[in-house]
Amino acid sequence: MTIDTSPAEAHDSSHHSSPPGTIHTEGGTHEGASDFTYVKIALALMVLTGAEIAVSYMDIGKAQVPLLLVMMAVKFFTVVLYFMHLKYDNVLFKRLFYSGLFLALFVYIVALLTFHFFE
Amino acid sequence: MSDTTITDPGVTEPDPDDGATLDEATDGTTLVDEVIPTATDGSRSDDGLDHLGLAHHTSTGLSNTKLGMWLFLGSECLMFGGLIATYMLYRNRQGDAIGPDQLWDIPFTSASSFCLLMSSLTMVLAVSAAKRHDDRNTRLWLITTASLGGLFVAGQVYEFTTFYREGLGYTTSLFGSSFYTLTGFHGVHVSVGIMMLMALMFMLSRNKVAGDKAETVEMIGLYWHFVDIVWIIIFTLVYLIPA
Amino acid sequence: MAIIERPVDAPATDGGPAVVATPSSSFGYLRRPVQTKGWRSWAFSVDHKKIGIMYGVTAMVFFIVGGLEASLIRAQLARPEGHILSADKYNQMFTMHATTMVFLFVMPMAAAFANYMIPLQIGARDVAFPRLNAFSFWTFLFGGIFINTSWFLGGGADGGWFMYAPNSTTPFSPSDGVNFWTLGLLITGVASLAGAVNLIVTVLNMRAPGMTMMRMPIFTWMGLVTQFLLLFAMPVITVALFLLLFQRNYGATFFSVQDGADPLLWQHLFWIFGHPEVYIIVLPAFGIVSEVLPVFSRKPLFGYPFVVFSGAAIGFLGWGVWAHHMFASGLGPISVSVFAVATMAIAIPTGVKIINWTLTMWGGKLYFSTAMLFAIGLIIEFTIGGLSGVTHSVAPSDTQQTDTYYIVAHFHYVIFGGGVLGLFAGMYYWWPKVFGKLLSETIGKWNFWFMIVGMNMTFGPMHILGLQGQPRRMYIWTEQRAGEGFFNLAFWNLVSSIGTVVLVTGVFLFLVNVWHTTRKAPPAPADPWDARSLEWITSSPPKEYNFERTPTVHALDEFFHRKYEDVGTGDQHEYKKVATGEDVIAEEVAHADAHIHLPSPSYWPIMLALALPIMAYGVIYHTLLIVAGAALLIGSVFGWALEPSTAPESDFDPPSDGGETSKELAVHV
Repeated sequence: MTIDTSPAEAHDSSHHSSPPGTIHTEGGTHEGASDFTYVKIALALMVLTGAEIAVSYMDIGKAQVPLLLVMMAVKFFTVVLYFMHLKYDNVLFKRLFYSGLFLALFVYIVALLTFHFFE
Repeated sequence: MSDTTITDPGVTEPDPDDGATLDEATDGTTLVDEVIPTATDGSRSDDGLDHLGLAHHTSTGLSNTKLGMWLFLGSECLMFGGLIATYMLYRNRQGDAIGPDQLWDIPFTSASSFCLLMSSLTMVLAVSAAKRHDDRNTRLWLITTASLGGLFVAGQVYEFTTFYREGLGYTTSLFGSSFYTLTGFHGVHVSVGIMMLMALMFMLSRNKVAGDKAETVEMIGLYWHFVDIVWIIIFTLVYLIPA
Repeated sequence: MAIIERPVDAPATDGGPAVVATPSSSFGYLRRPVQTKGWRSWAFSVDHKKIGIMYGVTAMVFFIVGGLEASLIRAQLARPEGHILSADKYNQMFTMHATTMVFLFVMPMAAAFANYMIPLQIGARDVAFPRLNAFSFWTFLFGGIFINTSWFLGGGADGGWFMYAPNSTTPFSPSDGVNFWTLGLLITGVASLAGAVNLIVTVLNMRAPGMTMMRMPIFTWMGLVTQFLLLFAMPVITVALFLLLFQRNYGATFFSVQDGADPLLWQHLFWIFGHPEVYIIVLPAFGIVSEVLPVFSRKPLFGYPFVVFSGAAIGFLGWGVWAHHMFASGLGPISVSVFAVATMAIAIPTGVKIINWTLTMWGGKLYFSTAMLFAIGLIIEFTIGGLSGVTHSVAPSDTQQTDTYYIVAHFHYVIFGGGVLGLFAGMYYWWPKVFGKLLSETIGKWNFWFMIVGMNMTFGPMHILGLQGQPRRMYIWTEQRAGEGFFNLAFWNLVSSIGTVVLVTGVFLFLVNVWHTTRKAPPAPADPWDARSLEWITSSPPKEYNFERTPTVHALDEFFHRKYEDVGTGDQHEYKKVATGEDVIAEEVAHADAHIHLPSPSYWPIMLALALPIMAYGVIYHTLLIVAGAALLIGSVFGWALEPSTAPESDFDPPSDGGETSKELAVHV
């Protein structure tokens, strides 16, 4: 007997039976936020962007750049953690992505340091 | 050999003291294995993403394509980081030519930034719809995402042509070269994303997407969000932080 | 997707009825290629083993090309007032020699081993993304050919292998050579990046049941670290290459000092890539040695966790030392000090490995096969290279050494003595597995000794030459410059060049060995070395589907433990052989899977790969070619995406649980 794997065969894929002993990890990919929550997050991002733009026009001396960077980071991680689902997914994804991110931050900041960029 | 045989005598509980010496790993579970889980008893964990269709029987229980996409995005951090660092180094080196302060139209760029930001929302809604197998809304949100992305690119094109007319060419100065290279690479990434979104819509409509559809939409979504977060950085560092 | 079906009534043993590969049917779009023989079965193959062999053959060809380039250099420098190469040709020669050796030989040869062995070592039937794997190979091949066409189209690149800008910009390097170099490396970079994603996902996701991370063979571990290095380092050089490309071809000003550019920008971008690159070169060789030494010492690897973690540490720390290539560039004392200390620190994990290897051999029953000789050779020669490296880490002394032959000595000891000797150890060790025949040990020993004597004769004197003041990249030396005394530049340059002849003879002997083995050698036994790891639980060469059934792993060195039982008492371990390698394989054959799904061959990887050099030629010659290449690119991407398959190509062959899983593969939306 052979397995017919022809695509024309209609499969009732809802009868997905697992082999004995299979673990179904619920926590692996949690559903995450609801659609409405996503809308709220997006609105928050919009407000934050507006605030950023406002700050960029203000004259608050040395505090301006750090403040802008903080707001940028908040937006960045909000999209990464929620929209990209990293908060709810397996921690391995977080580690892989953050490795690249923090490596990039490290090497380029060090390089800029040697250029006396931050003085 | 009947193919209805289910039990496989090879799948047994491994004996942790199976002939291992002090020099060798024993049961194998270590800190590394907690980070990167492995089923040691022959079972597989489903990533739980989609209860229809295929179970991805992988050692970590995570999907190959999703893992691959996150790895790729990690590497893209190094690429955009290099372009951003180059820009930051050269942002004030325009000599006598026109500089950032004279060029930026923050309201306009803010508007196109909003478009891209909102496109992330619509992308998330598309993924959500795909998971619910709501084909119609999946298509709707994908089109909206692509459109918003298109608006963004159009805005970039308009902006660049304006800057060019005002005196900032690609070859004018270090500032010009770095600015256009950075934003140009980003724009190309957005454009590729739009093409992928449209291709995805086409393939979904013709049922040409192999395997887990929601997962494919999610994959493209990850790429799209990444393109958005790069812009979050560019918008702040290039436009908002005064030169 | 090809489905290997065994006729139900026939026993699934070697010599039984042939298995039939049934390719997937088409959806009314393009059929996938179906040939199992002939050039098409190689051109469209997605089998990691075929791809590995193609990587190996190609890399070997480029090794010879790079060796010829080196020979011309040494011929030029053998005598004073050499007239074999003009200054311009000499610049091209050393640039292309290094580029070829690093990017077109060592890296792809390591990729050959990684592609072939990693899936076998973890008990998988192929890599995670087989078509992407094929794409990586063809992209590499076309990129390598592309760079070398520069020889016929105006001259090779001539800015040195690290291509410092602004020297490499058009005013100072007007020929197209640098353009070929830049575009060619962009192309091969794509291959490496795709390969990195592929192999990392493979190692993380496709291990056999019971194969935890800390039960993986060290070669796989070092391969994994290498792929992470590639993943994160390739984008950085990609940026540098694009900046140079845009400068040379589209008028950008990144390296125009008169416009305010800083030459150090190139240097940082290049070396942030460049230093991880050297670990990319050497870690696979370290992995091979970590396989070979235990087998031929009849002892397990000493300190397995330490070897794993020191490899990871090298990969990690390697990101913090790049500016030691820039000590003399004017960075300033603080930057230099920081990087000097970091560089000294990185010697530590490497030292850990040397200790672990030595202690593996200590007290073992050593068998000096050719593979073992090469592995021991690596320990000694790499250590020499490492010691000169430590002297470089002392920034003040590096200021004297840099840009002299002392540096050339250092990196040849670590790259050749480390990387290349390791790769040759792998050749001799795994040749029976890949080709079913043993390379001749007699010729092998001649091969080894000629290479060792040759490399020390060639590169050893370079330490002295450097300290005597001979700069790198100097195309000619005169009697007057040679200095006084008998042991002057003249003497050592001549010794070095004679050494090259010895070295080349050694390499030639390897090729003789291959030829001789292919023609004359009998089939090798299944387990010629009494090895320890999973790849030996297959036929030699392995069947297309690798394992008769996916093995279940119970311990590190699984294969060893299936052959040997511990009959010692208490703390004493005493191993008694209870099964031969043939027995273990026969056991697997007796429980073979009835249905094995393999991914189908495909046209698209090679088609997509072809688009890249077309676009590259377009940048140099005519924009229309860029358009044509882009059209092929987009068409191939769509062809690939729309390709018919009965199951997602990335999702094949999970570990066997008796055939039930095979049924699951048939179920999909």
